[in-house]
Amino acid sequence: MSKGEIVAGCLAPHPPHLVYAENPPQNEPIAEGGWEQLRWGYERLRESLAGVDYDAIVLLSPHWQTYVGTHFLGLPNFKSLSVDPVFPNLFRYHYDLDIDVELAQQIHDRAADAGLAVAMMKNPDFRVDYGAITTGHMFNPSWDKPLVVISSNRSRDYYSVEVMQEMMIELGRVTREAILASGKKVVVIASNSLSHRHFTTESAIPEDMSKEHIASHAMHLWDMRMIEYFRTGQAQRILDEMPEFTEQAIAESDGGGLSWLLSTLDVPTYPGILHGYGTIIGTGNAIVEWPARNHKEASE
Amino acid sequence: MSEGELIGSYIVPVHPHTVLAPEQNEGWGRLRTAYDDAAQRIKESGADLLIIYSTTWPSIIGHQIIADPNPEWVMVDHDFHELGSIPYSFNIDEKFAHAWNEANEKRGLKSRTVAYHGFPIDVGSVVALKLLNPDNAIPAVIVSSNVYANRAETTVLAKACMDVVKATGRKAIAITAMSLSNRMFTKPIEPKDDRIHSLKDDEWNLKILELLGEGRLEDVGQLSRTIHRQIRVNKVVAFKPMWWLSGMNSNRNNLTGQVLAYEALHGAGGAVVHLDPTPSGAGDIEYDEDDVEYFAGERNVLDGDQSDHQEIDSVNVESKPGEPQENGPALWDPTEGKDSVNSAAAPKPVGAYPHARRVGDLLYLSGVGPRQPGTNAIPGGPIHDADGKPLNYDIKAQTQAVVDNITRILEEAGGTINDVLDVTSFLVDMDRDFQGYNEVWAETLGQVGPTRTTLAIRALPTPIAVEMKVIAKAPPAE
Repeated sequence: MSKGEIVAGCLAPHPPHLVYAENPPQNEPIAEGGWEQLRWGYERLRESLAGVDYDAIVLLSPHWQTYVGTHFLGLPNFKSLSVDPVFPNLFRYHYDLDIDVELAQQIHDRAADAGLAVAMMKNPDFRVDYGAITTGHMFNPSWDKPLVVISSNRSRDYYSVEVMQEMMIELGRVTREAILASGKKVVVIASNSLSHRHFTTESAIPEDMSKEHIASHAMHLWDMRMIEYFRTGQAQRILDEMPEFTEQAIAESDGGGLSWLLSTLDVPTYPGILHGYGTIIGTGNAIVEWPARNHKEASE
Repeated sequence: MSEGELIGSYIVPVHPHTVLAPEQNEGWGRLRTAYDDAAQRIKESGADLLIIYSTTWPSIIGHQIIADPNPEWVMVDHDFHELGSIPYSFNIDEKFAHAWNEANEKRGLKSRTVAYHGFPIDVGSVVALKLLNPDNAIPAVIVSSNVYANRAETTVLAKACMDVVKATGRKAIAITAMSLSNRMFTKPIEPKDDRIHSLKDDEWNLKILELLGEGRLEDVGQLSRTIHRQIRVNKVVAFKPMWWLSGMNSNRNNLTGQVLAYEALHGAGGAVVHLDPTPSGAGDIEYDEDDVEYFAGERNVLDGDQSDHQEIDSVNVESKPGEPQENGPALWDPTEGKDSVNSAAAPKPVGAYPHARRVGDLLYLSGVGPRQPGTNAIPGGPIHDADGKPLNYDIKAQTQAVVDNITRILEEAGGTINDVLDVTSFLVDMDRDFQGYNEVWAETLGQVGPTRTTLAIRALPTPIAVEMKVIAKAPPAE
C-alpha cells in the first residue's frame, strides 16, 4: 500500500450565515446574499482544490462539544435535519453525509494508544452538529467525499489553553500518523473562526452588510496578526501565542481545532494561502489553505 | 380573572442518566426517585404552566423561547450517546411564549420565539420535561440562557415572564435545568465509581443546598459569581440560573425549601430541590444588589459604538441635577415624601417632584411623558434635535410609551391601568398629532374609560410631543 498523504490543510469557519446567504436548496431560509467576500473565499478554496485528487476529509468541529474526551462519528452514514440552535432562522439544512469509519477508527485507535480519552459515536439517532454541516457544505457542496468528524474536547474549559493545546498537538500528531499509514489522500479542516466576540443585537434583515463589522479594533488587530503568521509560514508562532490569542480575542481556537490542524500539518513553515477574510456578526473569519501537496519536502 | 402567580420552583439536573440509566448507579436512581417525587408534587399542585430556564441551551442574540406547540424529535447527548436516545414530544404553550417574548421587548430585552420543525431541544430541557411532566398534561415553555447576559438582563427576563404569568392568571412552576458544580470526569468511568469530582466541589454544593433548604434563594443568587469561580468550569454559559429563579420569586429569601436529592452525575453535582413560596418564617432579604426593572444594557455594536466592552451591572443610569441630558434638561431623583409613589421603572423627573402622590382614595400623577426609564430615550424619536431643528417623529410610539409609563407608576402603587379616572393630555402639535394620539388612546386608555381633556400647548420641557396628567383610583392602603 502506498503511503497516505495530507494534500491540504484548511481553516474553514462555519457561521451558518454563509449557507443562508448562498441559498442552497437544502437550506430552507432564503437570503438576498451577504458576506460575499467570505463566500468568494470559499469559492477560491474550492477552485484551488478542484484538480486535486483526495479520498476523504478529516474535520474537527468546535460545535460538537464533548467534555469526556474526544469523540469520532463512527457509523457509515448520517442523514437528518440540522437546525442551528443559535440561529434557527438562518439554518435548517437536510444533510446526508458519508463517514470514512475505517479512517476514523484508525485515528481513534492511535489516539487511545497515545493515552488520549477517545470514543466512537455509534448512536444512529445522533444529529451531526451544524458547524460540521456548514463547513462541509461550504467546502464541498456536492458531499461526494466521505468525512471523518472529530469532536471538540473542551479541555481548555477544564484546564487551560496550554493543556488543551498539548492534547490537541498530540491528537494532531496521531491524526497525521494514521492518515499516512492509511494510504489515503486526505484534506484536514479546522472549522473555527478567529476572534469570536459576537454582536448581541442583530439587524432587521440578517444580511444587511451596512451593519457588519469586526466587534472591536482589538479583535481586528489579533486577527491580522494571526493572518500574517498564516501567510508567512510562521505556524510555530501561532502555537506559541495561542494562549494570549485565545484569551484576548475570545477566539474560537479555544475548541482546539487550530492547534490540532497545525500539528496535523506538522507545524508548516511554508505560507498558507489566504482565500478570504470577513466578519460575521462581529466575529473574525479567515479561509486559509496550507497546500501541503506542494511542500512534501517540508515534512519528509 | 384573578392574577396569576408562581406556585413553586424546582432545581433539577441536566444529564441524561436519570432518564436512560437510573438503574446503573444508586445515586442516579435516587435522583430519578426525586425527579418522580417532584413530578407528583407538580401534578398535585394544580399548576397549569411549567417554565424552564435551561443552562444547556445557550443563545447569543438575546434570549430565545420555544414556541412550537408540539416539538418532536429524538435527542442524543453529545457526550453520553452510548446511554441511548430520548424520543420526545412536548406540549408547549405557544401563546404564552409569544406573550413572554413581547413582555421581554417591553422591558428592553432582545428576544425571539423559535418554532422550527426539528429544532434541537437541549438535553437539560428534554430531561426535565420527560421526568417532571411525563404525560405532557401541563403545557410548558422553555427559555435559553444567553451567553453574554449579566445579572440585570437575567433578572429582567424573569420579571418579564412574571408580567405574563400575572396578566394571564396562570399557576406557574419555575424550573432551572442545571448542575451545581459542573466539573465532570474527563475520561469515561464505570457507573459504580461515580462521585462528586472533588471534596471542594462537594463542600460548595452542600453549602448551596443548605441555603436552598432554608429557602434563601436570593442569597444563592447573590453568591452566583462566587459559585461560578469556585466550582464551575467555564463552559459556554456561566452560572446564571439562580439570578433568573430568584427574579421569578421576587428575589425572596424566605421561601420554604426542601432538597429532595443530591448526587454525582459523572462527577458533576446534580440536585433536585423544591422551593415553595410559602414563607418559611425566616427573615427576608437584606438586598445588596440593584433591583432591576428595565434592561438598558444595549451595547449598540451594530452602529459601531465601542461601548460593548463595558460591563453593565445596573440599568439605572444615574444622573444628578445640573447635568443636561441628550433629550432635555437635567434629571432628578423623584422626591420622597409622605404618600409619594415613585417607581424605578418610570423615567426620572425633570424637577423636584414625585411620580405620584396618594391622597385619600386617589392617586395624582405628575405629568407623564414617553421618555424611557434608564436610557431617557424617546420612543418614536424626539421632535427636534439639540439645535432645535425639527425632526420627524412617531406620535403613536410616543403615546404608547406614555401609557406604558403610566402603567408602571400605577403598578408601583399597587394598582393597574384600569384605575385611571381622569386624563388631561397635552399635545405640542394638535393638527399633526391628534389623529395618531387618538388611535392609540382608543386601543389603550379608551378601553378603560376615563374622562379626558386634550390641550394644545407650545412646548414641553423635553423634546416630546405628548404628555398626560392622570388622576386614578388608589388601591386600598395596606
